[in-house]
Amino acid sequence: MMAAENIQGAPVQSAPRDLAASLQAASVRFGTFTAIEELTLDIECGSFYTILGPSGCGKSTMLRLVSDLIPAASGDVTIFGKTTEQARLAREFAFVFQDATLLPWRSALKNVELPLEIGRNRGIDIPVGSRSPRELLELVGLKGREDALPHELSGGMRQRVAIARALVCQPKLLLMDEPFGALDEMTRDRLNLQLLDIWRETGTTILFVTHSIAEAVFLGQKVIMLKSHPGRLREVVDIDLPEPRTIAQRDTPEFNRYSAYLRNLLETC
Amino acid sequence: MAVIEDMQSVPSIEDVEKIKDRRRRMAAVGVPLGTALGLIALWQIGVKLFGVPTYIAPAPSDVAGAFISKFPVLMENFWPTLFESVAGFAVGNIAAILIAVAFVHSRQVERAFFPIAVFINTIPILAIAPILVLIFGPGITAKVVIAALICFFPTLVNMVRGLQSVSPQALELARILSASKSEVFWKMRLPSSLPFLFSALKISATTSVIGAIVGEWVGADLGLGALIIDSTFNFNSPLLYATVFMSSGLSVFMFAMVTLAERLVVRW
Ligand SMILES: Nc1ncnc2c1ncn2[C@@H]1O[C@H](COP(=O)(O)OP(=O)(O)OP(=O)(O)O)[C@@H](O)[C@H]1O
Ligand SMILES: [Mg+2]
Repeated sequence: MMAAENIQGAPVQSAPRDLAASLQAASVRFGTFTAIEELTLDIECGSFYTILGPSGCGKSTMLRLVSDLIPAASGDVTIFGKTTEQARLAREFAFVFQDATLLPWRSALKNVELPLEIGRNRGIDIPVGSRSPRELLELVGLKGREDALPHELSGGMRQRVAIARALVCQPKLLLMDEPFGALDEMTRDRLNLQLLDIWRETGTTILFVTHSIAEAVFLGQKVIMLKSHPGRLREVVDIDLPEPRTIAQRDTPEFNRYSAYLRNLLETC
Repeated sequence: MAVIEDMQSVPSIEDVEKIKDRRRRMAAVGVPLGTALGLIALWQIGVKLFGVPTYIAPAPSDVAGAFISKFPVLMENFWPTLFESVAGFAVGNIAAILIAVAFVHSRQVERAFFPIAVFINTIPILAIAPILVLIFGPGITAKVVIAALICFFPTLVNMVRGLQSVSPQALELARILSASKSEVFWKMRLPSSLPFLFSALKISATTSVIGAIVGEWVGADLGLGALIIDSTFNFNSPLLYATVFMSSGLSVFMFAMVTLAERLVVRW
């Protein structure tokens, strides 16, 4: 099982691939304010995308647009060829928020099980992943803490529960909005490595918003740079670092070259 | 070396902490208890010293005597008040919870009925009690209604707040999972309202007793409220004081029950 997923998730640069998500001249407006203007972007299946951009440029808005939380004022957004609503109803994607958004009265395990409970009594066909909630908690390194309530867990642990919850329906697209933004550097490093493991194992496509250039380069196969006023695509930068990524790569000249390039780009956004 | 030996002979830091902790806990109970006993002693001495007549202010010993000699009478009057308080507590809070659910479900309903709820809340309970006794007669129904009424508003307001206290992010999660309105209600709104509900229930645990007693003042043959009126008009101060203590004991009991339930239910 793992081997098969590995092949599916392994980065293949050359071959043309299916699209996980596609935005065609999509715009988002809040009243008269244009948050995103004519954004055209193709998200390839199985890749790890990180999204960078100045604060307020519309990174969260873009994820919310893709996840059908807000509608496009114009243009078109498709996910695996479906409308965002169809994809939402089919649980094609999952969302990880900046704060874990766990239900405080539910244990870690019960929180991971939540997506399986929603819709069950309405006879909705919920995609069930190959891993049980228990196995997912183990995957994110929380074996033994299944019965802990969220307030008994640290911030990093809570975020890992949220990731396990996001994986429980085996989403083909994982949307993450600064999931590790509130964590300390060491925890963040550890969770970054864990996330890369999960990504390689599951072969899911990931869209990951971050404020950290280092995190964007470290995680991303591609960095989507947005610019503000209004939110538009600035550039998609391919990160050609050897896989699998290791913490040690951060000190290599290539890594620093990418960082410097992105920093310069960010300044002109 | 000397330091190490010292460390072994002296109780470990943990032990010291434990002893300190025990002392702290004993102080937490002992200080208020001691103060109360001191005040009672002061009351006893003051009444005896200044020869205050018993009908104006009975000594604690008189009150204790009344407690013992009139215990059957006190209990006979305790049960109706307990029943009215508990029934009023249940009726008032269930009504408040259901109406809060309706308010959160539909803004239209809230807009129509919330001003009425506020208006009812502004009428002093003492003013509305005679009206209710006229409507429902001298039986226990009127007392239950008064107790229910006094419980109603705090729970309504808190419950509405509680049901709306789900974070916007949790609602976005619900939307991404395509949760239905009833799933959001049962899995998110209702559980997150529980801490709010319990703080309201703690208020009503004591106010429902007040409601029942006020109802009994207006017209009743039985109940702690009736006994208060009765012993006041008969200048039976020791019995009056004993009845008052009985009433506050009832409030404390109701409050303790709600607190216990809260501990069991709200574990987060
Ligand atoms: N619900 C809303 N109503 C009105 N304006 C909004 C709303 N949500 C976002 N905006 C505006 O849209 C713009 C983009 O917001 P967004 O949250 O997507 O930024 P962001 O790139 O995620 O910023 P940050 O990096 O600080 O999280 C901002 O100018 C913001 O003020
Ligand atoms: Mg954001």
